[in-house]
Amino acid sequence: MKLTRRNVLGLTAGAAAFAVAGARVTPALASAEDAEKMIMEFTGGATPGEGKVSLNTPEIAENGNTVPVSVSVESAMEGDDLVESVIIFADGNPSPAVATFHFTEMSGEALATTRIRLAKTQNVIAVAKMKDGSVFMDKKQVKVTIGGCGG
Amino acid sequence: MASKPRIKVPKSASAGEVITIKTLISHEMESGQRKDKDGNPIPRKIINKFTCTFEGQTVFECDLDPAISANPYFEFNAKVPASGTFKFTWLDDDGSVYEAEAPIEVK
Amino acid sequence: MKRLLIAGVVMAAAFAGSGPVWADPVDDTLEIDGTPIITRAKAPEGHPFDEVYSGWLFREAETRDAERDSIENPGMIAVEDGEVLWNKVEGTAGKSCASCHGDAAESMKGIGASFPKWDADSNKPINVELQINKCRTEQMGAEPLAFNKGGQQELTSYIKHQSLGMPVQIDLTQGDMQAWWEKGKDLYYTRTGQLNLACASCHEVAMGKYIRADHLSQGQVNGFPTYRLKSGLTSLHQRFRGCIRDTRAEQPKAFSDELMALETYVTWRGTGLSVETPSVRQ
Repeated sequence: MKLTRRNVLGLTAGAAAFAVAGARVTPALASAEDAEKMIMEFTGGATPGEGKVSLNTPEIAENGNTVPVSVSVESAMEGDDLVESVIIFADGNPSPAVATFHFTEMSGEALATTRIRLAKTQNVIAVAKMKDGSVFMDKKQVKVTIGGCGG
Repeated sequence: MASKPRIKVPKSASAGEVITIKTLISHEMESGQRKDKDGNPIPRKIINKFTCTFEGQTVFECDLDPAISANPYFEFNAKVPASGTFKFTWLDDDGSVYEAEAPIEVK
Repeated sequence: MKRLLIAGVVMAAAFAGSGPVWADPVDDTLEIDGTPIITRAKAPEGHPFDEVYSGWLFREAETRDAERDSIENPGMIAVEDGEVLWNKVEGTAGKSCASCHGDAAESMKGIGASFPKWDADSNKPINVELQINKCRTEQMGAEPLAFNKGGQQELTSYIKHQSLGMPVQIDLTQGDMQAWWEKGKDLYYTRTGQLNLACASCHEVAMGKYIRADHLSQGQVNGFPTYRLKSGLTSLHQRFRGCIRDTRAEQPKAFSDELMALETYVTWRGTGLSVETPSVRQ
């Protein structure tokens, strides 16, 4: 490679990127395949259907350290029409697992909000497991920017 | 500094009403993926489970992974059949248990 | 010439960020647990802007919402920790803050809106952090708290929070406050660091633009200590030092004359905005 100014700049940027990655103990970021594998573990091999579950995330996170995430599932939350659990993944984090919510009839509605860490722009995935064993999924991309000032 | 968990539960509700509960607890949620100044890994120390019960019955639970932000926040719903007390429990990796309670009156 | 061109490109790129986007502060109103918060106010005489805006108006909806409800605001953990410190006996005199000042809700109301103020003893402006240290050394017989240590941020947050919603109004007529204001103004407009930026470059000239994907605010200080999504509770002088570091300049020490002058001037720039401590920012 000929060392042009552009190449040098590129190298510097690359080195900076590696320096950031090097600050982590786990060098390799999780891939979408890892998340896929974990979804299958959760569903027992069933491919999740569409609908029922909806994930609410900001399109652009102001800071990846604290991203609000809400999930809700259409359900009567009575008898057999019950959501048992919802698992949340982030497919670009060092480890895709984020949280698992467990609901009961006492929950009234299958709805939960929390705040999560996202290492970079990636998909947040919610998979809901119903009492009858059926599974549903929603996926949203969240763009993560570099945080700025605090005024 | 260990502060009390912050809880928001309505003071009263009607029987069978679905109410919203909010909780916030002070915790670093050290992910186990960071290194200190000398390059040594900082051991993982997170709250790994949160539970809300009402008069002994489970209302909502969450298994937490290190991707939950510092100072874990939860908002969820509960259907209350009668007056009683919500109990909240947070389990720390180091075995510590943090607890809080909030009563509700059903009219 | 080549160097100049490169510098020009860098600056253009920095300000263009994700496109040369101007975005006004949002049209939204803030009420925290029933307390109305003034997020837009008519600027005081001699101010470069007609209207001053809280940084809250420059944040995304999710971040704004986190400040609306005190249960959702992680900064409130610090306020509760601060209350514990308020009541903690320390020092040789066997006193706590509460021993002299009683109920902070009464005695500290207005403090967060009126500091920094003139301190005749030191012949300088004094802020809440330094006033706490003055009380500790002169009244309690306790060691002063080091910058950002020993619960300084938490106690400051607790004290300032007692003025939640009250409009900021500092008294420049006392002592040499006006001279310190002038000194702070000079610093605000002085370009510094390798990036050659003044406070005004971002928070006055480029206010409302995007830089590093951040919607630049007026840099108001009415919500400090603030809870940053990025790094948690953040004190004002920590933020000053962070901004100055980002211009790649030497950072003055916390509570140095430079930063006390800057605090005096910048607090005045937010005259009329409500105290929001602890605000939530990105």
